[in-house]
Amino acid sequence: MSILRKLMVMAALSAAMFVNAAYADNVKIALVVKSLGNGFFDAANKGAEEAAKELGDVDIIYTGPTKATAEAQIEVVNSLIAQKVDAIAISANDADALVPALKKAMDRGITVISWDSGVAPEGRQLHLNPSDTGLIGETIIKLAADYLPEGGEVAILSASSTATNQNAWIDAAKKVLPEKFPKIKLVATVYGDDDSAKSTDEAKGLLKSYPNLKAIIAPTTVGVVAAAQVVTDEGLIGKVNVTGLALPSEFKKFIDNGASQAVALWNPIDLGYSAVYLAHDLAVKKEEAKPGATLSIGRVGKVTLDDTNSAAMAPPFQFDKTNIEKFSKIY
Amino acid sequence: MTDTPAPRHIPDRLDKPLSSAIFSWEALLVAVAVAIFAINSFASPYFLDPWSLSDLTFNFTEKALIALAMALLIISGEIDLSVAAIIALASTMMGMAVQAGAGMPALVAIGIVVGLGCGAFNGLLVTRLGLPSIVVTIGTMSLFRGIAFIILGDQSYKGYPSSFAFFGQGYVWWVVSFELALFLVAAVIYWFVLHRTSFGRRVFAIGNNPVAAQFSGVRVDRIKFILFCLTGLMSGIASVLITSRLGSTRPSIAQGYELEVITMVVLGGVSILGGAGSIGGVVLAAFIMGLVTFGLGLLNVPGIVMSIFIGLLLIIVIALPIVWRRLRRERFA
Repeated sequence: MSILRKLMVMAALSAAMFVNAAYADNVKIALVVKSLGNGFFDAANKGAEEAAKELGDVDIIYTGPTKATAEAQIEVVNSLIAQKVDAIAISANDADALVPALKKAMDRGITVISWDSGVAPEGRQLHLNPSDTGLIGETIIKLAADYLPEGGEVAILSASSTATNQNAWIDAAKKVLPEKFPKIKLVATVYGDDDSAKSTDEAKGLLKSYPNLKAIIAPTTVGVVAAAQVVTDEGLIGKVNVTGLALPSEFKKFIDNGASQAVALWNPIDLGYSAVYLAHDLAVKKEEAKPGATLSIGRVGKVTLDDTNSAAMAPPFQFDKTNIEKFSKIY
Repeated sequence: MTDTPAPRHIPDRLDKPLSSAIFSWEALLVAVAVAIFAINSFASPYFLDPWSLSDLTFNFTEKALIALAMALLIISGEIDLSVAAIIALASTMMGMAVQAGAGMPALVAIGIVVGLGCGAFNGLLVTRLGLPSIVVTIGTMSLFRGIAFIILGDQSYKGYPSSFAFFGQGYVWWVVSFELALFLVAAVIYWFVLHRTSFGRRVFAIGNNPVAAQFSGVRVDRIKFILFCLTGLMSGIASVLITSRLGSTRPSIAQGYELEVITMVVLGGVSILGGAGSIGGVVLAAFIMGLVTFGLGLLNVPGIVMSIFIGLLLIIVIALPIVWRRLRRERFA
């Protein structure tokens, strides 16, 4: 009886999947994200679908692990290799650990690019940065400094301690601090692992440990919401300003209630859109990814590859009371 | 209290219904594995490809190696939740050795020895101090991974020698990876030890009734200590494999593996209360978990659906024998 029941469940599941399995002979581009169920990546997928529509002959496979770990992402990459996709565009959970799996993909003729969170150069053909690391690092400090004319203590609430991009931005932020923002004192960097509960605990910890804290900078969409919620709940609106990188739709209420003055983000829709264009350039148009090459990214424009075959898409975009309403409806 | 046998139904041999349930359980697992295999072949045109099937095995071999030793440990009535943390610590030590210029043989030795050492540490705490293993290994889980985090922070070790890549990325013959070959060899060894030696019989005896086993002359603590060492050893070996496969070490390596290992063991029909189970069941469970996750992955089913599927499978596994026994008892009542 239990065998029968199990078989029935599996038969039903697989029947439901037959529908998805039927792909035409279109170019298959896999958009692999750090983890599913993240608004940022869902927005990127919107852009990817937009690019697919423009290009005409492209099917997007939007996929990623449930847990944001390198090991789980490798399993996803392995299944994409087995499906013989034409291109993989990945936002990596680990710059190094993904390299052997992605090398294997390239060995089997698959175009591999990374976007958002990069992979070491030997594991991909090119990398698309949403923006320039230095500019982002400066922007996240500036977001706090703009509202602290007297200066003061600030702390960073990051994603996981192994997140490639967050670490690079924080390093860049620390670099610009002494010369450009001498009054701003960075007192701590804590890690919320892009987990709401952990980020909330870490934000509460910061407020306890540093009673003079003037701003929490969270360069992650999960952390910034958690921090703003903590500041709201503890009645510290006006005393502690939460800022960082946030999705307008998720963060609108904290701009509205004053827990935050302004946040920034590049446009994830453009990012997914551009990643698909780049994958298409390499996989279908057979353009070569080499330093100095200029590649088209559709309506977003063009990018030029640097020495490590990396390119920057656009500078981060600031949201405050004047424009959050409009953008919160987009993503 | 009284020595008169009660008129109620008290079975004179407790192991009979249990063992028969296990036998039927293995048959069920085979049926499930075959069914999933068949469904996968129909559902995805890419499944029946030697290289796909080979890639599939990488999803579970490292965890399955640990599951073999964990099965023995759980049968003996203990558990080790620190296995993933042992992987992290062993991998970190290997990474340090690479920075110091160690060669491939030294790296393998360090990974295995660190794993063994961690297992022995767990074993000593449980057998010498008489602490419950679940408490001890929750503690060492944080301890081992904590040390890895202290050493590495948000950094990573890389630069492993190219000869080291063989263990996690190499193939011994055509599509048979080194990892798969090692797992199959280890499965045969563990099967022999558990089901064909007096050591294995003692493990079952301890799990069924440690006091009775002690009075029967079984050196309970010594066997438990050996089992903890074996689990540590297998974690060390798994650490070598995964470090080689990823080509780098981060302190968050193998995060959450302990639950997947225990899932495999329980899905394989090993009683979480100890005293019953088989290596055959664990091997089948490992393949089933690999088939399910890879099959659903080929169809790009979101990971959360896979988790739901594995979760349901697990609940059925645990509930089924209990429900079955209760039904039997009601019939006799």
